[in-house]
Amino acid sequence: MPTNIEMPKLSDTMTEGTLVKWNKQVGDTIEIGDVIAEVETDKATMEMEAFDEGTLSDILVQAGEKAAVGATLGVLLEDGEEAPAPGSAPAAISAPESQPFAEGAEGAEGTEAPEVSQPAAELVAPTSTPALHQAGPGERIKASPLARKIADSKGVDIAAIQGSGPGGRIVKADVEAAAEGGSAPSRLASAATALAASAKAQVVQSTPAPVAAAAINPVVAAGDQTIELSSMRRIIADRLLTSKTTIPHFYLHVECDTAPLMTLRKQINAQAEQTHGNKYSINDFVLKSVINAAQAVPEINASFNGDSVVQFAKVGVSIAVAVDDGLVTPVIKDAASKSMLQISQEVKDLAVRARDKKLMPNEFDGGTVTVSNLGAWGIESFDAIINPPQAAILSVGAIIEKPVVKDGQIVAGMRMNIGLSCDHRVVDGAVGARFLNEVKKLIENPALMLV
Amino acid sequence: MRELLYRHAIREALDEELARDDKVVVMGEEVAQYNGAYKVTEGLWDKWGSKRIVDTPISEAGFIGMGIGASMLGVRPVMELMFWSFHSVAFDQLVNNAACVRYMSGGLCNVPIVMRGPANGGTAVGATHSHCPEGLFAAFPGLKVCAPATPADAKGLMKTAIRDNDPVYIMENTLLYGTKGPVPDPADGDHLVPLGKADIKREGTDVSLIAHGRSVIRSLEAAETLQAEHGINCEVLDLRSIRPLDQQAILDTVMKTNRVVLVDESKPFSGVSATIATLIQEHAFDYLDAPVKRVCALDAPAIYSPYVEDEQLPNPRRIIEQVLTLA
Repeated sequence: MPTNIEMPKLSDTMTEGTLVKWNKQVGDTIEIGDVIAEVETDKATMEMEAFDEGTLSDILVQAGEKAAVGATLGVLLEDGEEAPAPGSAPAAISAPESQPFAEGAEGAEGTEAPEVSQPAAELVAPTSTPALHQAGPGERIKASPLARKIADSKGVDIAAIQGSGPGGRIVKADVEAAAEGGSAPSRLASAATALAASAKAQVVQSTPAPVAAAAINPVVAAGDQTIELSSMRRIIADRLLTSKTTIPHFYLHVECDTAPLMTLRKQINAQAEQTHGNKYSINDFVLKSVINAAQAVPEINASFNGDSVVQFAKVGVSIAVAVDDGLVTPVIKDAASKSMLQISQEVKDLAVRARDKKLMPNEFDGGTVTVSNLGAWGIESFDAIINPPQAAILSVGAIIEKPVVKDGQIVAGMRMNIGLSCDHRVVDGAVGARFLNEVKKLIENPALMLV
Repeated sequence: MRELLYRHAIREALDEELARDDKVVVMGEEVAQYNGAYKVTEGLWDKWGSKRIVDTPISEAGFIGMGIGASMLGVRPVMELMFWSFHSVAFDQLVNNAACVRYMSGGLCNVPIVMRGPANGGTAVGATHSHCPEGLFAAFPGLKVCAPATPADAKGLMKTAIRDNDPVYIMENTLLYGTKGPVPDPADGDHLVPLGKADIKREGTDVSLIAHGRSVIRSLEAAETLQAEHGINCEVLDLRSIRPLDQQAILDTVMKTNRVVLVDESKPFSGVSATIATLIQEHAFDYLDAPVKRVCALDAPAIYSPYVEDEQLPNPRRIIEQVLTLA
């Protein structure tokens, strides 16, 4: 029996992927575990391994094309098996999931069975909106009885809704979100994976996906360049729009005296070259101070969770890393348990692999607070957008030599501005201030970080 | 409010009804001179004497048959079974006689008897001493069955049962006898809990846990953990009586939260929870946002080892696991 090769779901937030490259051609023999293609997700480029063996008989999605998760990318034939007649449908094209029983006329109502002449690729052709898992022709739509009843009374087409319940079941919250004109609520990609499973219903209810910004679109004139959204840019757009429109942000700033830190760093780096060979950056010390401060003020190491606030036991620091065409936020997990040396080495490794798009999806999990540092670009201070579902993000500016008043005298000082954006549902001003002052205290007294 | 142990709340109910109505008698193995196998009847023999508090031989078929006969003549016996597990040696009396006399006599005789005793697992006393037959007896028209979870309900249901003119079987729990809870003071009036009236033990919005007996206590524990660790706000509905069953309270909570987990210490096959699941899908299908889930005793004879037995019975861990499948 022919076997379909499907677009795998490689991360929590992945709804579609770009087939970057086929490593096999039609006619090639494939063994289980062979790397058959490379797939770009919203987060990384990953190798795709074969789960079945056979001969690659058909390629339906060409290199460079996008396909929804679950869509058929190619077809494998077993040894000695005849290729189906040209133009006929590949295996089980009707549904991405196996179907327990055939449905007759009723199931086919309103949809047409794929015609023999219809090229399979059309069924998986990229669309302009992120692909939803919608029921294919004849596929039973999984919806709770309550969801069906509400959909009926509100006149919502249940087939157009993406289910957020177990196994993709459409539940009440999905129909209500659809009725309010929002898109089906999608699960927030979670830095806090611990929350995801249990809190989903709350997240869905409390933060309905924003109404797709009623397009105020630019006028495109001749000579203007239209750049198609990469999956990364689409995710950035979605998540940060959700953050800025559903999280009540407030912002705090404070200036730190970095002269002691620069002196200490110089001493340590001179020493470190003789021992571990690791050079510490200013940012390593900023990260360490955030980790220590998040333990001292655990209220900010938290997430809003519908009708509760979840305070995390561990500190996971998401670090914003600029890459070509966007940015990613890999996580230093369980950061409080790590030494300065481990943190410094891990950041270097994450940053290099982020730029090479070699990070694994699980390296984005477990973040509870984010640090964004634009110091290297000479930015003095800025206000960052919270990385949901976290409750705070630290924005770090450049160290600048400037006149400061010390003991009534104007003297030259080395100063760095740090800012904190907070989710007011979780963190109040005084708590944010305590956290920011704790970070400032550690930066200005860096020896405290080392004890 | 003053607090009483579950066993003392039952004793207070018996004592008050013995005082209120001289036709009330307490009978059973070791209920009198030994003060009861679980000390529920402690002090009653001293206070009321051998005519009202009667020790019986170890012969359930004999003394339950006697109690039924006495009740047909106007006595209101409260019979203690040392374990409800011993029901099977008196099955003809408990079912064919007690449940059917009023109907078979065309209403000429009724059977105002109360059968009470512990019916629970969780104490490592083995399969023959750990039956939970509330679903079994509730299946026979003519019988009323309840399973109180708290001292106040134990007292209020016991008093109502004694005054009821039909046979009422009360399933108590050895693990609850030593638990404490508020019970209204007799000085504030008779504390009666009606049969067939469920009680919301914890208000909630996200998922309904429907339970009876000790499973109510375990559900409340699970609900607190679910709230604290998962932000899921469970409603806990205590059925209190299995028959008559408070159908409206069950449907109300389902219509409120749209998600249900039934927690039932009896066995899953044809158990109380199986009946409730049927009821919900018959009457509240359009209000379900998820399948009805159950946490019952695992379908095997009671396991002797206490460590394994706790996992066989509904416990907070198993309840939480099922609730999370709905989120």
